[in-house]
Amino acid sequence: MVAVTRKKRRLILITVCGSVLALAVGLILFAMSGSIVFFRSPSEIEAQAIPVGTRLRLGGLVQDGSLKRGPGQTVNFAVTDHGATIAVQYTGLLPDLFREGQGVVTEGVLEPGNHFKADTVLAKHDESYMPREVADALKKQGRWQEGGAQGAPALASAKAAPVKADSSSADATPAAGGALGPRSER
Amino acid sequence: MIVETGHFALALALALSLVQMVMPVWAARSSDPALRQTTSQAALGAFACVLFAFAALTWAHVSSDFSVQNVVENSHTQKPLIYKISGVWGNHEGSMLLWVLILTLFGACVAGARNSVPPRLRANTLGVQGLITFVFVLFIITTSNPFTRVVPAPLEGRDLNPLLQDPGLAIHPPLLYLGYVGFSITFAFAAAALIEGRIDAVWARAVRPWTLAAWVFLTLGIAMGSYWAYYELGWGGWWFWDPVENASLMPWIAGTALLHSTVVMEKRDALKVWTVLLAILSFSLSLVGTFIVRSGVLTSVHSFATDPTRGVFILAILVLFIGGSLTLFAWRAPLLRQGGLFAPISREGSLVLNNLFLVAACATVFVGTLYPLLLEMLTGDKITVGPPFFNATFVPLAIPLLLIVPFGQTLAWKRGDMLAASQRLFVALGVALVVGLAVLAMTWGGPMMAPVGVGLGAYLLIGSALEIVSRARGYGVRRTRSLGVIAQRAVGLPRSAWGTALAHAGVGVVVIGIAAQGWASEGLASLNPGQSLTVGPYVATLDRVAPKKGPNYEEAGAFVTIRDRDGHAIGEVETGRRFYPSRQMTVTESGLLTRGFSQVYASLGEVGKDGSIGLRLYYKPLVLLIWLGAVVMALGGALSLTDRRMRVGAPAKAKGRAVARGAVPAE
Repeated sequence: MVAVTRKKRRLILITVCGSVLALAVGLILFAMSGSIVFFRSPSEIEAQAIPVGTRLRLGGLVQDGSLKRGPGQTVNFAVTDHGATIAVQYTGLLPDLFREGQGVVTEGVLEPGNHFKADTVLAKHDESYMPREVADALKKQGRWQEGGAQGAPALASAKAAPVKADSSSADATPAAGGALGPRSER
Repeated sequence: MIVETGHFALALALALSLVQMVMPVWAARSSDPALRQTTSQAALGAFACVLFAFAALTWAHVSSDFSVQNVVENSHTQKPLIYKISGVWGNHEGSMLLWVLILTLFGACVAGARNSVPPRLRANTLGVQGLITFVFVLFIITTSNPFTRVVPAPLEGRDLNPLLQDPGLAIHPPLLYLGYVGFSITFAFAAAALIEGRIDAVWARAVRPWTLAAWVFLTLGIAMGSYWAYYELGWGGWWFWDPVENASLMPWIAGTALLHSTVVMEKRDALKVWTVLLAILSFSLSLVGTFIVRSGVLTSVHSFATDPTRGVFILAILVLFIGGSLTLFAWRAPLLRQGGLFAPISREGSLVLNNLFLVAACATVFVGTLYPLLLEMLTGDKITVGPPFFNATFVPLAIPLLLIVPFGQTLAWKRGDMLAASQRLFVALGVALVVGLAVLAMTWGGPMMAPVGVGLGAYLLIGSALEIVSRARGYGVRRTRSLGVIAQRAVGLPRSAWGTALAHAGVGVVVIGIAAQGWASEGLASLNPGQSLTVGPYVATLDRVAPKKGPNYEEAGAFVTIRDRDGHAIGEVETGRRFYPSRQMTVTESGLLTRGFSQVYASLGEVGKDGSIGLRLYYKPLVLLIWLGAVVMALGGALSLTDRRMRVGAPAKAKGRAVARGAVPAE
């Protein structure tokens, strides 16, 4: 043991370093191939033939008047980017800031007929916050800052309002324009 | 007036940090020690100025001075006093000011540490620190001034984000920053050593307390943040692998590696270049974290505002410090003389392995956090790298690391005996196996990984107990079988030995807590008063839903009685949804019932028209161990910090060696 030369010691060190690094790289590559989830907008899902069963993130605006509460805690709503609309089913508690007409990101699995079964609806932290992916997707659609686009479904919105309004006494939905505008913290 | 004075104090701090930066250079050229003294005074002055600026901003918040924009945007007259104070750092500008306050606080501490840091190293370290302070104060003054006035002043403020109105979040940022920014000191020490082209055990001894202190605070800060996310966000999860969480985890892992490599350097004068590199990396990762969180590349509760100029500025800071220090490293590191030969199987060898695994784990977190950003920049594809990725990369790298923790402790310095070490660990391995199997038998049919994790945790716990016992028992001729002598020696062991054992035991506790989450269960139902929901071993019955009014919110509260399966009432949980009119925002307040280390977690969904509520209920066995273990780790670190060796002056080189080889077996 005493006669471990400097050279041999270095060789051992390099071998060990190399194998740990190779392990790390291998793990990263393995995990990258299996566990990455892509973000898609409703238009992209409609346009591209995405295989059923693909796990993805769907983001857009919750369509006004689309929120329906099923039995138990199952809810159905539609996510739209004004180019296309995807029906979403979700079982669970909706995040505090989930509102019709506002941006949302859901994660789940695509089912036949372009239905989306979400297992996660991402909570937003701030009322004036639009998920960045959604904002970008809407920009791509040319819908950014088109507050007026919400005009037509306004009636439906009024109908749907009582369903959600009692969640908190004065759950005033901000104007659609505000929801669509760029984040104006400052 | 006070606000303007605060603004002026900040400008003064900018000037003083410039003095702090320039003086050591000048001192080196003119070889006048008095100039070096000026560096310390400038550091103390900069701290005083930033402290005054911070106090001025706090005063503006507490007195609800709505002529200050920062107060308007983040405060409200009806907000409780504690959140008026915590609101100071609950926003971008204020939190950057806190960052700089802590930076200068550490600078002042180094300036005051006359005994433990040699004067020349101290001056150079403070010089590098001065540069960091200068850049960050410049950042605040030019892009994120908290003292901007509004004309005309509104009558009422916009209130702080309700999610941040929580006692946990009041202390989370200061703790986290103490950790983040604490690594700036080790960074400055490393840069100073590179500039001098000389590094030795004296350096390692001078750096160790700072690293340890930063690590303790970062550990507590991360644990606090994790617990906050657990009970405040209402999802019942304790770690989400969110980029913002990863931003704090990466410096922590690098800091843990640094902590261990400085030990090798202090005791054996080896791993010099590597230690310097780790010191640079730890702070670089803190800066990357600041960039991720503050620049707005990611939108989350932490990025209070998105402003591209800030992002660009922080990116420039990042390039300056990381690029600059790595260049300095490449240029000067070859000058550092290597010392302290050791065999592959030795304490040093095991610590090298520890460092390797930690760095590899850190790299996987780094890739997982930054790859989506990079990909989006290059291809425009938006991807999410979530928990499955980190579970598949981080966990397999963490497990071998945990396995070698007790091994390293039983190996001797320089040349270890693998067989003897295995024999000493035989008890730990045996008990861990028995515990694992017993747990497996008790929970047959449940998840397989949970008993494995519990066994691993038990192995770590017993391993750290053995560490103390075998050190107290002594080696070679000092070896004794007398229990009295062992107990006596155990008490007499240096506090750093106890600290190490405690910190490693804390890791074991965390591992058990995490493993036990394999048995967690959850349920979801719409309930009317009187109806029940069963989760794990408990039955929850909704009693009533009642409104409540807080100082700046209205709350709908659901009262739930928890019974065990036999129908005995155990306790009542209240969960609610709070509506904050000032922000038009609703926040769920989860309800927790603690039984031992386990918790029942209730989270209220929407309240229906017919009085029914959506209720999500989690049973979280042993969940408190996760944070308790982190606290034990931090306590271990704090205990080491009180060790005499951390305080006494840096010994001369020969003396340092003598201590390491002395009667007390080296750590």
